[in-house]
Amino acid sequence: MSDVLKLMIYLGTSLIFVYSRQYIQLREMFRGEFYALVLFAVVGMMIMVSGQNMLTLYVGLELLSLSLYALVALDRDNARATEAAMKYFVLGALASGLLLYGMSMIYGMTGSLNIADINTALMGSVKIHAVLILGLVFIVAGLAFKLGAVPFQMWVPDVYEGSPTAITILISSVPKLAAFAFVIRLLVQGLPTLVADWQQMLMIMAVLSIIVGNVTAIAQTNLKRMLAYSTISHIGFMLYGLMSASMNGFVYAMFYVVSYVLMTLAGFGMILLLSRKGFEAEQLDDLKGLNQRSPWHAFLMLIVMFSMAGVPPTLGFYAKFTVLQAALQAGYLWLVVFAVLMAVIGAFYYLRVIKLMYFDEPIDTHPIQAPIDMRIALSVNAMALLVFGLMPQKLMELCAYAITRSLS
Amino acid sequence: MVAYCIQHILSFAIWTPVLAGIAVLFTANDNKPDTTRWLALAGSIVSFLVTIPLYTHFNFADGGFQFQEGFNWIPAFNINYHLGVDGIAVPLILLTSFTTVIVVIAAWEVIEKRVAQYMACFLIMSGLMIGVFSALDAILYYVFWEAMLIPMFLAIGVWGGPNRVYATVKFFLYTLIGSLLMLVAFIYLYLQTGSFEIVDYYNFPMPLNVQVLIFLAFFAAFAVKIPMWPVHTWLPDAHVEAPTGGSVVLAAIALKLGGYSFLRFAMPIAPDAAHYLSGYMIALSLIAIVYIALVALVQKDMKKLIAYSSISHMGFVTLGFFIFNDLGLEGAMVQMVSHGFISAAMFLCVGVLYDRVHSRQIDAYGGVANTMPAFAAFAVFFAMANSGLPGTSGFVGEFMVILGAIQANFWYAFLAALTLIFGAAYTLWMVKRVFYGEVANQQVAVLKDLNKREFLILAILAMLVLALGVYPHPLTEMTNATVTQLLSHLAQSKLPAGLVSGLPAPTGL
Repeated sequence: MSDVLKLMIYLGTSLIFVYSRQYIQLREMFRGEFYALVLFAVVGMMIMVSGQNMLTLYVGLELLSLSLYALVALDRDNARATEAAMKYFVLGALASGLLLYGMSMIYGMTGSLNIADINTALMGSVKIHAVLILGLVFIVAGLAFKLGAVPFQMWVPDVYEGSPTAITILISSVPKLAAFAFVIRLLVQGLPTLVADWQQMLMIMAVLSIIVGNVTAIAQTNLKRMLAYSTISHIGFMLYGLMSASMNGFVYAMFYVVSYVLMTLAGFGMILLLSRKGFEAEQLDDLKGLNQRSPWHAFLMLIVMFSMAGVPPTLGFYAKFTVLQAALQAGYLWLVVFAVLMAVIGAFYYLRVIKLMYFDEPIDTHPIQAPIDMRIALSVNAMALLVFGLMPQKLMELCAYAITRSLS
Repeated sequence: MVAYCIQHILSFAIWTPVLAGIAVLFTANDNKPDTTRWLALAGSIVSFLVTIPLYTHFNFADGGFQFQEGFNWIPAFNINYHLGVDGIAVPLILLTSFTTVIVVIAAWEVIEKRVAQYMACFLIMSGLMIGVFSALDAILYYVFWEAMLIPMFLAIGVWGGPNRVYATVKFFLYTLIGSLLMLVAFIYLYLQTGSFEIVDYYNFPMPLNVQVLIFLAFFAAFAVKIPMWPVHTWLPDAHVEAPTGGSVVLAAIALKLGGYSFLRFAMPIAPDAAHYLSGYMIALSLIAIVYIALVALVQKDMKKLIAYSSISHMGFVTLGFFIFNDLGLEGAMVQMVSHGFISAAMFLCVGVLYDRVHSRQIDAYGGVANTMPAFAAFAVFFAMANSGLPGTSGFVGEFMVILGAIQANFWYAFLAALTLIFGAAYTLWMVKRVFYGEVANQQVAVLKDLNKREFLILAILAMLVLALGVYPHPLTEMTNATVTQLLSHLAQSKLPAGLVSGLPAPTGL
């Protein structure tokens, strides 16, 4: 699992570098700090993916988080960004505290910080004690914060909206891969004995995330904020895979995260592409008439939106299909029916984006300026959603390979 | 080579229009639209020709699936790219590819804005709909079914009328909600049988409560598509706002997707539930036939009137399905094909008027027959066909369904037959107000009669309506074996108690 996820993180980060170059150059953020901090964040993610010890995992998470806090505030004269950084930092520190507190309780009960040892200890002599459950609650809360699942989602829209888009694309994409690995390490490898407990917590978070994410997204006029709420609902769907607590469920949760990262990269990539000096293409209305300005880019965004809505023949459809299949297999029939109804609500705001691009006349008639490498990368990225949508087998196999190697 | 092509004829039928549509996109240049138009026409004609062998090489005695082909598409879920058609799919495939040619010609001078995208939308849609009719794997079917929404959504939204955004979003969301419930049913069936092959579902026994739930999930998807009362409200909106081509495709083919899918999925997979719920289905069909016909009577907008008339006619189709006899089923098939021609022609007629006067209101016209005699002749003919005049295809289907209904219950037939009166009333009343009488206003006085292009497409459709009305044999011959086989399948109970089977009984519901 770690190899596959690491490769994905490297790939995603490279794409982010390509997408964001012009953006940060135009905003005088093209400095060594940007690259250094992003790379530190990548190191943090690598540690999170590979760590086998609670402390190591925690250190990785903190390295990632601290780099992100600094990145959000990189454009220091921007009031919105500084505000977002502050919020992110305060809430993030709280979540880290919760996580660490939970870890200390688990340590107290099992006498070890090593994931494998904790598992053996719980399988063996240690009795399931209330403190253990309490520790689990804290850990799940901390994880939910990092993932951005309801009810720990408050920071997501503000931070997404406030950060410079080049940073938003980073926050919203690859760290989710690392957070997924983190969840697998702690819950599935470390605490499988408590499965009945964390399954319930994940279930509640999944359902709430899907409701809050989809319903709130409808009311947004800011594209970045809308994508933030859409992220929350995607996390909810991913949790459907995890809460199934079966090998299948984990495989398809991973498949969902990977698909989600591809979609998000393309979605924010498009915002970066449409932005130019002194202009952020972050309002929904900025997309108006994109089809007339550039049919190709409108088509790419169309694919991204339908993929996020889960309409075939795009990757997003298989992502939803597979996690719902896993959840149905685990017996959650009515939760699955609920999720598909929510997916219809979700489709509404994705359709609105398409409506703006295709049905409305453009108000912004500036030609789109973007370096050719960025255009190519974005095209490949968005077309990958279509190609994997037609042939999802390889990607599914990869995820299945990764998970079975790690968990069996 | 020929053998190879016949072997993969369905793949060719699906992908030729899709590729043609993509090719058309590359000619996008609104200053020189003629290249685009001719390329689109060539693409649609080739796509139509490709589907011809489905008729000429069809084995009429075989009620099972023919022209089967496939490979393992997504082994992780045992999903196959499995195509095949039987006697109920082939007529609809031919109807689809034929209608696409009509749509391309009908759009010739009318569409001036983003011609390439318009043509591409309809060509790609045609391929996807043929895919729906020929998929034998549930997920493959689902992919085509949903993917088809995307071009339709764009077609209505980009080229539609003033209230197009509301109409197209409503259309999309209505269809999506039903489809997703159907997807849940597919996943459930997959978990029980370990396969997405439709044929595997046919022989899979299930207790009644499970069957009912599965049937209702399918019902949610297909009833919206047909559309059945009371989930029909998206159709008048979508029709009114859609460009002429969009209306034609919606009425002629998209509605048939729902009817076809009842026969392919809901009824054979859950036959006991179909019998169990048939009373409700018949009631809904009769409400659609009678009540919607009355609604059509008071419409002021011609397209809306035809849209309601479509719903009423599709009520005949569902009535034919759920009386479970071969007259009813075959009549429903004839009705679907015939409605494909007639409604397409009616919408084209409205399109002809709309292009000239830019109004769809009935009271904007009057005395059109004086200025457009040739057009009036066609319009009156199609109106007659729509109200079920003997000698036209509209009569054959309705008559067969009514005969079938009499075998089931006299009152079904009585209520259904009422529509012959109502149908005549709303159609002929519209004709009277639009075509006859004094020339109503200056705009009507200067109308020019049909040009060659419009004459050509209306003439072809008129000939087909007549041909099918006088001699429906080629169509019934094709559906006969399949309908017989379907009925015998439906007559067998699939409840697990009566069957000796190694398959596990479904649990979890």
